[in-house]
Amino acid sequence: MERRVTIRKTAKLFIGGAFVRSESGRTFTYKQDGRVVNVARASRKDVRDAVRAGRTAWPSWRDRTAYNRGQIVYRVAEMLESRREQFTDALLASGIAPGAAAGEVNAAIDRVVWYAGWCDKIEQLLSTKNPVGIKHFNVSSPEPTGVVGVVAPDRPSLLGLVSTVIPVVCGGNCAVVLVGESDPLCAIALAEALATADVPAGVVNILTGGFADTVPTLAGHMDVNALDLWIGDEKLDAAAAQRACDNVKRVRRGGAPARRFWFGDSAQGPDWIEAFMEIKTVWHPAGV
Amino acid sequence: MATSQAPIRRRRPGKAARTSTRSARQPADGHARLAVASPAGTSWPYAAAPESHDYLKLASRYELFIGGKWVKPLGGRHFASINPATEEVLTHVGEASAADVDRAVRAARTAYEKYWRRCTPASRAKYLYRIARAITERSRELAVLESMDTGKPIKESRDFDIPLAAAHFFYYAGWADKLPWAFPNVEPRPLGVAGQIIPWNFPLLMAAWKIAPALACGNTVVLKPAETTPLTALWLAEIVRQANLPPGVVNIITGGGDTGAALVRHPGLDKVAFTGSTEVGKEIARECARLRRRVTLELGGKAANIIFDDAPLDEAVEGIINGIFFNQGHVCCAGSRLLVQEPVLDAVVHKLHRRMQTLRLGPPLDKNTDIGAINSKAQLQKIQALADSGEAAGCKRYETTCALPARGYWFRPTFFTGVALSHRIAQEEIFGPVLSVMTFRTPDEAVEKANNTRYGLSAGVWTDKGSKNFKIVSQLRAGVVWANTYNKFDPSSPFGGYKESGFGREGGMHGLLPYLER
Repeated sequence: MERRVTIRKTAKLFIGGAFVRSESGRTFTYKQDGRVVNVARASRKDVRDAVRAGRTAWPSWRDRTAYNRGQIVYRVAEMLESRREQFTDALLASGIAPGAAAGEVNAAIDRVVWYAGWCDKIEQLLSTKNPVGIKHFNVSSPEPTGVVGVVAPDRPSLLGLVSTVIPVVCGGNCAVVLVGESDPLCAIALAEALATADVPAGVVNILTGGFADTVPTLAGHMDVNALDLWIGDEKLDAAAAQRACDNVKRVRRGGAPARRFWFGDSAQGPDWIEAFMEIKTVWHPAGV
Repeated sequence: MATSQAPIRRRRPGKAARTSTRSARQPADGHARLAVASPAGTSWPYAAAPESHDYLKLASRYELFIGGKWVKPLGGRHFASINPATEEVLTHVGEASAADVDRAVRAARTAYEKYWRRCTPASRAKYLYRIARAITERSRELAVLESMDTGKPIKESRDFDIPLAAAHFFYYAGWADKLPWAFPNVEPRPLGVAGQIIPWNFPLLMAAWKIAPALACGNTVVLKPAETTPLTALWLAEIVRQANLPPGVVNIITGGGDTGAALVRHPGLDKVAFTGSTEVGKEIARECARLRRRVTLELGGKAANIIFDDAPLDEAVEGIINGIFFNQGHVCCAGSRLLVQEPVLDAVVHKLHRRMQTLRLGPPLDKNTDIGAINSKAQLQKIQALADSGEAAGCKRYETTCALPARGYWFRPTFFTGVALSHRIAQEEIFGPVLSVMTFRTPDEAVEKANNTRYGLSAGVWTDKGSKNFKIVSQLRAGVVWANTYNKFDPSSPFGGYKESGFGREGGMHGLLPYLER
């Protein structure tokens, strides 16, 4: 008999700013500290709903000032810091040693803060005023590509997730994130942090569950502009890359790098933001 | 006012119209009786002003350029390259087989390992400067050859294609020894061997767009020009040879779709760059995804040209004309959808019709010619089919009344009004001199309609209101936006698409990225 009967949290999907069960009603089981968590298992329909939520949220997210996006991403770091216990517990439950768990939470928070500062600088870094040979004013600058599908790496379950999702939204995109069955708790905790960090509804959508249905649906979805794939299963990765060609998606295929990779400098950079931005060139006559 | 009475007639659909088209055809010389309606309603005849081409001596056949040498194709097969304005065979070029592709890729690999990656960046720059200068020196010859092979007017090949091709080499030459300054905090490295496939609309210019940045970044290339327009690429090969580039740094192989497919899937490539149709681009993307190969794509477009009621209409009409009829509309960024704000629809259609009627269609080598020949019979049939679909859908067809030369592939400058977004002529890339006119009421509706396409290569906005202009420009989902102008290009200006118009940029500093490892 428990001294106090605790309230257990239902592990749900995060779509359009709401925590919802899968429309399919399906779950998968995840064992944590000897208890069983029934985690929502996203269906193909959930993926389509999430893409729609992302597309709906996108114009307003894109049109916010870069300064405001930076503030919100910084707020995400604040939320992670204040919830570090929850993330540490989730990592411990997945079998990470206490010291390593604390280190991963630190690295994740630091990464979010690092990207917060990029929101209002990436455009300057990637923009050019082009010295064209005719009397025209000509500039090139980056714009977000739109809705980006992220298949998050299985491990490290917090740092890998943060490192892939944050640069996508930092550049002004909306993200539909698929998280596998191996360690879903950090993703659920991140969804809660995002929901309280002033990230507008639909900017980040997080779907848990096996990839067999969801990855092909996301990869072939005609209203998704780009994919960031971190998939260990080569066949699934190859099939997703094929489907992505149906509407000429921009695709980055990261595979399943070692845990160490995510802690290094090569797991962050302005090129991680640039990968999901388009360069727009504008011409106007000048004194013709 | 008399000017509004200019004799502009709309061609009526049906059999009778087709019969009259045939009877209006000219003798085979194609030069005589090009006339244009004057404002007074009479006709001003133009005397022919042909660019001479007798000094351009074409051999009866050309071979493949592999490893710095001209070599016969292993299959022993050649195919004809014809002049689309006369249907005469200009010459024959080698058809590269899979074995030839293999030879070319090996030559490029050897050149990469043995010469090019050991070559100092400053020397790479100087080789590229040599190419730029040689193109300029031989520019008239190249322009004549380009017009003969493609059917494009000499004034375009002379004033646009060839000078811009030279400028591209000159621009990227300067980057070759300055790459570390281009991107902060990274050490740029070449990728290796690039396979490049280019289209038939701007043959030499597209070759320059592909080869110049690749070489500047330290890569070697195998380039396949389009089947119908291989000749200027072969002249470029000779220029490369005369510039003394190490053998195999540039390889140029001619052929059709099979040659291109063999190139894309050759295991020895590090990168594929393709410019062409979205349909073929997707196939190439799938192949490259299968091979885990880097790829950049510059694909089709269906650009919206948006005219607000406060736009300077006469300038806008010039921009519309240039946007859709430049190079017979064989332009991936052609402004093929015209969106007109309702209050000025009648004025724009009237001005457009009058201006279109003054376009002179005729022999590409005539310096007065505005509209040359359609590039190939297949393309002509595609344009005809799509234009017919517009008529079948009930759109109103306007076209010029000019006579068509008796031989060659020709299509009258045409536009349709009453077009709906769902019509094929509003959705599919026609790649010909056919404009679809639609209307809108509010700026939001204009943006919505402009973005209602799977493509996203380019767009145009015409308004005298600065703030509105900036806002619309920022909302258009297109890689290049021309505001109060259209179809402007420069080596320093990045070009490339959003959505199904591809990814990667060509031109400018951004044009280095597709050829660098970072």
